[in-house]
Amino acid sequence: MTALLTAALAQGGSPAAESGAFEPFLPGLIVLLPLLGFLANGALALAHGRDSANAVRAGGELDLGERGSRPLTHTLPSWIGPGVLGVAFVITLVNFTRMLGVELAEPVVVSYWTWMATGTFTVDAALQLDQLSFLMMMIVTGVGFLIHLFSVGYMQDDAGYPRYFAFLNLFVFFMLVLVMGASYALMFVGWEGVGLCSYLLIGFWFSDKEKADAGKKAFIVNRIGDFGFLVAMFLLYTTFGTLDFVPVFDGTETLVYGGGLVTAITLFFFLGAAGKSAQIPLYVWLPDAMAGPTPVSALIHAATMVTAGVYLVARSSVLFALSPVGGATVAGVGVLTALFAATIALQQHDIKKVLAYSTVSQLGYMFVGVGVGAYAAGVFHLMTHAFFKALLFLGSGAVIHSMHHAYHHTHSHEDAQDMRNMGGLKAHMPITWITMWIATLAIAGIWPLAGFFSKDEIIWQAAAFGGAETAPYPLLYSLYWAMALVAAMLTAFYMTRMMVMTFHGANRTGTEEAKHLHEAPAIMWVPLAVLAVGSVFGGWINVPEALRTSVLGFGGALPMSEWLHHWLEPITARAHEVQLEHLGEVAHAAPIGGGEVAWAIISTVAALAVVVAAFRVVGAQKVVPAAQSPAPTGFAKVLYNKYYVDEHYDRFIVRPILGASRFCWKVIDATIIDGTVNAVGWIAKGLGWGVSMFQTGSVNTYAFILTLGVLVILGVSIF
Amino acid sequence: MINEALVLSAIIFVIGTFGVLVRRNAIIMFLCIELQLNAVNVAFVAFANLYGIEGQIFVFFVMTVAAAEAAVGLAIIISIFRHYETVDVGSFNLLKW
Repeated sequence: MTALLTAALAQGGSPAAESGAFEPFLPGLIVLLPLLGFLANGALALAHGRDSANAVRAGGELDLGERGSRPLTHTLPSWIGPGVLGVAFVITLVNFTRMLGVELAEPVVVSYWTWMATGTFTVDAALQLDQLSFLMMMIVTGVGFLIHLFSVGYMQDDAGYPRYFAFLNLFVFFMLVLVMGASYALMFVGWEGVGLCSYLLIGFWFSDKEKADAGKKAFIVNRIGDFGFLVAMFLLYTTFGTLDFVPVFDGTETLVYGGGLVTAITLFFFLGAAGKSAQIPLYVWLPDAMAGPTPVSALIHAATMVTAGVYLVARSSVLFALSPVGGATVAGVGVLTALFAATIALQQHDIKKVLAYSTVSQLGYMFVGVGVGAYAAGVFHLMTHAFFKALLFLGSGAVIHSMHHAYHHTHSHEDAQDMRNMGGLKAHMPITWITMWIATLAIAGIWPLAGFFSKDEIIWQAAAFGGAETAPYPLLYSLYWAMALVAAMLTAFYMTRMMVMTFHGANRTGTEEAKHLHEAPAIMWVPLAVLAVGSVFGGWINVPEALRTSVLGFGGALPMSEWLHHWLEPITARAHEVQLEHLGEVAHAAPIGGGEVAWAIISTVAALAVVVAAFRVVGAQKVVPAAQSPAPTGFAKVLYNKYYVDEHYDRFIVRPILGASRFCWKVIDATIIDGTVNAVGWIAKGLGWGVSMFQTGSVNTYAFILTLGVLVILGVSIF
Repeated sequence: MINEALVLSAIIFVIGTFGVLVRRNAIIMFLCIELQLNAVNVAFVAFANLYGIEGQIFVFFVMTVAAAEAAVGLAIIISIFRHYETVDVGSFNLLKW
């Protein structure tokens, strides 16, 4: 993808680009195609519904027969699922090349119909086509396409294969709505939709209660964040009377810098972002979300959905620039999450859990970027992270696939995801080994891989922002900078530990099992290779100007510097104006001296040193298979148990709420309310029974009472 | 003259009422109801002598209603008799919930 990108860049002055105006090419089809894929795959899933549902309930195994003789319901999704994404990606690319040479200062808004109109408030079903949404679309459709391809190999033998692709396509549809919607309302539709698909795919193997519960946890934790998103939307509406991006951002000129209103809006938006993007305190759902199929973890819980929060902040950049408190909160929560999650990742044994905490940590970095006003840097890290983290997850999927097959052959019930059962896999799966090392070095921030440029940019911007002429809380930002540096070193350590435990040393799978370990098929390793290319070259599109002529920027050999920065300028220009006006120029030296180039060299050398050290330290450790491993002790135990955060949430939040709910149910509802209603019924019943005694059914009684009544009335009227 | 007529009417009405209350035979009760109606008729005719023709017109209405009532009431009594083989109102209590 990046190769295409750079090729497109090189011909920046092509004739088509000089035509002046940007003509969008079938933008609606990009959104529509995944929806059509969902409908087609969903129909296939329903056609096969009862059989596969029963098979899932029975434990997920369904005898599908040999690959050549399977029913259409299990062969067509292989073409439909990735196919629609491939076409959508091509259309996105066409649009992107058309947009390249055009100076598009204002976003192109394509409106299809009015979704709702109430009084003065209207929301259109409209797509916003600008630099940011196109970048996100390229990631969603491009990386999504590769992950769909990988899924064909990974999920082919699963009973719920058509259902899987139906959900995956539906996810891409909602994700595209999220990034292309031209208003906060439409963005919220996508926001909720991806949450739904996340829930459906985490609990894909719903017969396992633990996995179904993980899906529920993700859904419920996200609800807390969505509450923040909604409140922020209400505030925007009461302030501007609209939720469309263009008028809202135009209207921000009337807002007071650092005022209470804009601070409230940004903080509520950030609550939503923290839920979706797994930041403290709402990150707990993401590690549990690893219960889903591994390609789902790659697509939803690493490359796309969890970055929606970063997209939200970047999209609302002018609002966050207007609120120093909001910005400091975003960056502070981000850096705290980055450090916190990185320490937990140090002691995890499940390969996917390591990657999950790594994702939480990297998302923290992105929030540091957008929190310190470096919106392009945050989005840049979002993009490079999509490459290398998707690659890492898909690589771990290939490993798990292979391990699972090996254990399946010997009917062993060992954990196929536990790294203590792996070791020495490089001999069995060399392509996975090499590509995952590339991604590991990229995420560790080793020059010249993608992660180096994006992560270093964020760390540097944190320092630069804190050193601005009239920066708010300069000391705080210096602290952020130091914490981000420490977290970067931890990243290098835990990723190397993961690689060593998985691929190096002696094999611990078992002698019988090891014979069945195998390299992933081509449909799985080709996406790995493509993503590896992205992980290597993805960073070159945004080499900082300061590094360009130095040795780190290849001595000025690259055709452009800060390309992404300039590309996103129309989106971030307003925010930068606000920042320049109120804070002045950012600093050009770190808090303890040293320029950008010096610190870039320091950080990459340090990261490399940590990688080498970790390689030696972990390689020298004697790792034993999971079944024979002793329980961790001391601080390692605290880290292994994730600081007991889930337990504390359980004790201080979940249980009190459960208790209060039980009180409302048992006491208030069942006893008081139901009691009152039932008592009214009993009284009526008793009264009726008493009065019915007067009805003897005997004519004489009635005649007597009637006469008596007449006499009484007569008596009363006479006397 | 009016006093005597009204006293006669009252006596007949009380006899009818008394009969309805104390007798158990449905036919006898029915006859007593006819007595009550006709006691009212006497009163109507007596008042008609004083206040105008409307009293006499009302007598015809009462007679018509009494005839209709006799038809329906006797039919009910017959069907009860067919079912219970008695017309003693104490031996059945149909008029309840």
